[in-house]
Amino acid sequence: MSKGVGVNLQDVWIRFGEFVAVREANVDIEGGAFFSFLGPSGCGKTTILRSVSGFLEPSQGKVLIGGNDMAGIGPNKRPTALIFQNLALFPLMKVWENIAFSLEVQGVGTAARRKRADELLEMIALTGQGDKLPSELSGGQKQRVAIARALCAEPDVLLLDEPLSALDLKLRQHMRTELREIQQRVGITFIYITHDQGEALTMSDHVAVMKAGVIDQIADGQTIYDDPSTAFVASFVGENNVFRGKVKSIDGDSALISTNRSGDLISRIPAGAKGKLAVGDDAMMFIRPEALNIAGTKTPANNHITALVLNEEFEGQTFNVFLEGDGGKEMKMSLVNQGKARQSAKGSSLTLEYAADQAVALPAGELASE
Amino acid sequence: MKSQNLVLRIFLGLYLAVFFGYLLGPLIIMGITAFNSPGFPRATPWECLTFEWFDVLANDKRIMNGLKNSLIVGSGTVVLSVALGLAGALMLTQIYPKLRATFYTVVIAPILIPGVVLGISTLVFWDRLNIMLGFSGDSFLHNGIFLTILGQSTFIASYCMLVFLARLQRYDTGLTEAALDLGATNVQAFRKILVPFLMPAIASAAVLAFLASFENYNTTTFTFGKYPTLTIELAQKVRYGINPSISALAFTIVVLTIFAAVVHEVSQRRKQLALANGAPISAVGGSFQLPGFLRGNPAAIVLLVLTVGAVATISFASTYSPEACKVDVREQKRELQKQQIEKIQQQRQQQKLDKALQGPNIFGPDKSKVAPAPGAAPQSPGKGAFGGVFAPGNLDKATPKPESKIESPGKGTFGNVFAPSNLGEPAPEAPK
Ligand SMILES: Nc1ncnc2c1ncn2[C@@H]1O[C@H](COP(=O)(O)OP(=O)(O)OP(=O)(O)O)[C@@H](O)[C@H]1O
Ligand SMILES: [Mg+2]
Repeated sequence: MSKGVGVNLQDVWIRFGEFVAVREANVDIEGGAFFSFLGPSGCGKTTILRSVSGFLEPSQGKVLIGGNDMAGIGPNKRPTALIFQNLALFPLMKVWENIAFSLEVQGVGTAARRKRADELLEMIALTGQGDKLPSELSGGQKQRVAIARALCAEPDVLLLDEPLSALDLKLRQHMRTELREIQQRVGITFIYITHDQGEALTMSDHVAVMKAGVIDQIADGQTIYDDPSTAFVASFVGENNVFRGKVKSIDGDSALISTNRSGDLISRIPAGAKGKLAVGDDAMMFIRPEALNIAGTKTPANNHITALVLNEEFEGQTFNVFLEGDGGKEMKMSLVNQGKARQSAKGSSLTLEYAADQAVALPAGELASE
Repeated sequence: MKSQNLVLRIFLGLYLAVFFGYLLGPLIIMGITAFNSPGFPRATPWECLTFEWFDVLANDKRIMNGLKNSLIVGSGTVVLSVALGLAGALMLTQIYPKLRATFYTVVIAPILIPGVVLGISTLVFWDRLNIMLGFSGDSFLHNGIFLTILGQSTFIASYCMLVFLARLQRYDTGLTEAALDLGATNVQAFRKILVPFLMPAIASAAVLAFLASFENYNTTTFTFGKYPTLTIELAQKVRYGINPSISALAFTIVVLTIFAAVVHEVSQRRKQLALANGAPISAVGGSFQLPGFLRGNPAAIVLLVLTVGAVATISFASTYSPEACKVDVREQKRELQKQQIEKIQQQRQQQKLDKALQGPNIFGPDKSKVAPAPGAAPQSPGKGAFGGVFAPGNLDKATPKPESKIESPGKGTFGNVFAPSNLGEPAPEAPK
C-alpha cells in the first residue's frame, strides 16, 4: 500500500456561539489508513469532518493535511473530497456528468471526461448506466456514484459522512466490504463517520469514539471493544452488563469491586484506565454477555453471580438469556448454540461465572443511553 | 336524495356558467368586435366579417410605437427584475439567514405600496439626483425608458424574488458545497449547479416580470416621458374615441397568451405521460413526434386544432375581401336612411297639410286626418293643388344627393307616385 497523506487535528475546538460542538480534539491519522469516527447522533462527527474539508474553520487549533496547515484554505483548494451524509448528487446532471464534475470545472474536454467517467463506472460496477439521472438509480447505486464522483477528483483524503446510513441492512453490509476494497485498491486515506459501531469495527484501522464533542478513545477496533478506556466507550460499543460499585482493592492490573447489588467481583483494569482508579473510588464494572457462562460449581467466589432466568431468546448462533440478579439487577448472557441438547432454564436460579480478565473496571462515568 | 343531487348539480352548472361567463364574456365580445366592420367596436348589429382592423392596427403609428416601447421596457424590466429578485432571494436564503425577517419586509414592501406612489417617487428621486449631479435636463436620468424600467422594477423585482424564494426553499445547499468540494470555484458552483436548478424559476419570473411590465399603467404614467408604452397609448386613445383596431390588438394578445399556455401545457403533459409510461426522465424532451404524443394528450390536440385554425384564418383573411358585403351593408343603410327620410318628409307633409286644411277647410277634423294619406305621395315632388306650399328649398335640405338622381326618371304624369324608391317601401306608406 502506498503511503498516503496523513491528517492531524491539533487541539481543535469548534464553537457555535456559546455551544461547544468539538472540544480539544487531538487526532493523528496516518496516510493511507481507514480511520473512523464513531459516536451517537449530534456528538460532533460531521462538524469535525467539515473542519477537515474546509467548510468551517476551527475556532481554535489547527488542521493539518499532509503536514500543511489548512488555515485559510477553502474547500475547493484542499486535497479532500467529501461524500455527504445525503450524498448530494447533482440531480440535473447525468450520472457520468456527476462523476466527471471535478474534471469539468478544471476545463477538461467532453470526450476525456466521458472516458474517465466510464472507467470509474466500470470500477463501481455500473457500466452502461452513465446516461441515467441520479433519480433513476437505486440507493446503493447512488452511493457508488457518490464514491466514484469523489474518487474522480483524485483526492488525497476521502471523507465519508455516514454514507451507508440510508441503506438497508443487506446492502449496507455489501457496501462495507466494497468500500474497504476500494480503499485498499486506491490506497488513499479514508476518514469515515458513522454511528454504527459494526461499521466502524469491521472497516477501520483505527476508531475514534466521540461523546458530546469529546473524543474519548482512539484505538483499533479490538482494543476499543476489549479495553475501553471510559464507561461511555464500554457501554456504547457492543453490549455490556454494567455493575456499579466502589473499588475495594487494587492489585496491579486487577481490581476488586464491591458492587452495589451483586457482591464483590474481581475485574481487570484496562490500559486506558490505569492510574485513574484508586481504592474507595466510584467504579463501574463491565462484563459482556458472551463472557458470562453457567458456573460449574455453586461455591460462591468473586467471579460468580447468582441470578434468576427471566426469559430466553433464540437468535440462531446464540441463545440470549435475560436474568435478574439480586435487588432486581438485570443482566444478559449469550450462550453459543450447541444444538438441541440444551434445556430451557426459564424460571430457575443460576450461578454465573466469568473469566477475571474478561471483566473491565473503569472509573464511574456517563453511559451511552442506548 | 337523487333529486336533491340533481338540483345541486344544476346549481353548480349554473354557477359555473355564470362564473365563466363573467370571466370570459368580455373577452369573447371584444374578440367579436375585432372582426365586425362598423367603426365603433360593436358586436351586436353584425355587419360584415372583416380583417381590416388588423390592417388599421398595423398601420397605427402610435400603437405600434407604444408596442415597441412596451417591448423595450418589458425586456429591460425582465433583465433588471430577475437579476434583482435573484440577488434578493439568494441574500435571504443563503447569505444572511439571520436578517431574514427584516430583509423580507423591506423587499416585500414595494408590492404593498401603490404603483402611483412608486411612479412619483421614481420620478422625483431621479430628478433630484439629476440635479444634484448637475446633468442637463435631457440626460439619461430623465429618459422615459430608463425611468420606466427602474420604476416598474422596484416592485416587479419583489414578485420575482418571491418566485425564487419558493424554489430556493427546496434547494439543498449541500449541492453547492459538493461542487466546491470537488474543486469548483464559487462562480462555477453558481453557474453549473444553482442556476440550472433555478432555471424553471428564472423562466417563470421572467414571464411574470414581462407581463407585469407590459400591463403596467399606474407607475408608467409618471415615468414614461417621451416614450409612451402601449398601455399609455391605449389610455390616451380611449379618451379621444376608439375603433375596433384596439379590439384587434386585444384579440391578438389573447390568442398569443392562449397559444403559449397550451404549448406549455402540452410539453408538461408530454413529460408526465412519458414518465407514467415508464420512460426514463433523461429520454424525455426528445424530438417532436406527433402521433406518439397525441395519444392521450388532450392539450396537444387542442394545440393542433388551434394551430390549424390560426393558419386557416390567416390564409382565409389574406384572400377574403369584405368589400362585397360592405357594399351590401352600405346599400342597406342607404335604404334605411332613405326610409327614415321618407318618414320625416311624410310627417312634415302631413303637418303642412293639416295646417293647409285647417285654414280654408270648413270640414270637421275627421276628414282632415283621413284625406291626406293617399294623396301624400304624389303631392310631395309634383307641385300639385297646393302650389307653393312646399318650398323646394325645404325638400332639398332633407333629401340626400343620391336620392335626387333616382327622382329624375320618375317624373311622369303623376309626378313621383311611381318612383321606384317609393314602390320599394310600401310598408310605411300604407294607411292604417
Ligand atoms: N451551524 C451550526 N450552528 C449551530 N450548531 C450547530 C451547527 N452545526 C452543528 N451544530 C451542533 O453541533 C452539534 C454536532 O453536530 P454534528 O452535525 O457534528 O453532529 P453529528 O455527530 O454529525 O450527528 P449525526 O450523527 O446526527 O449526523 C449538534 O449539537 C448540532 O446541533
Ligand atoms: Mg452528521
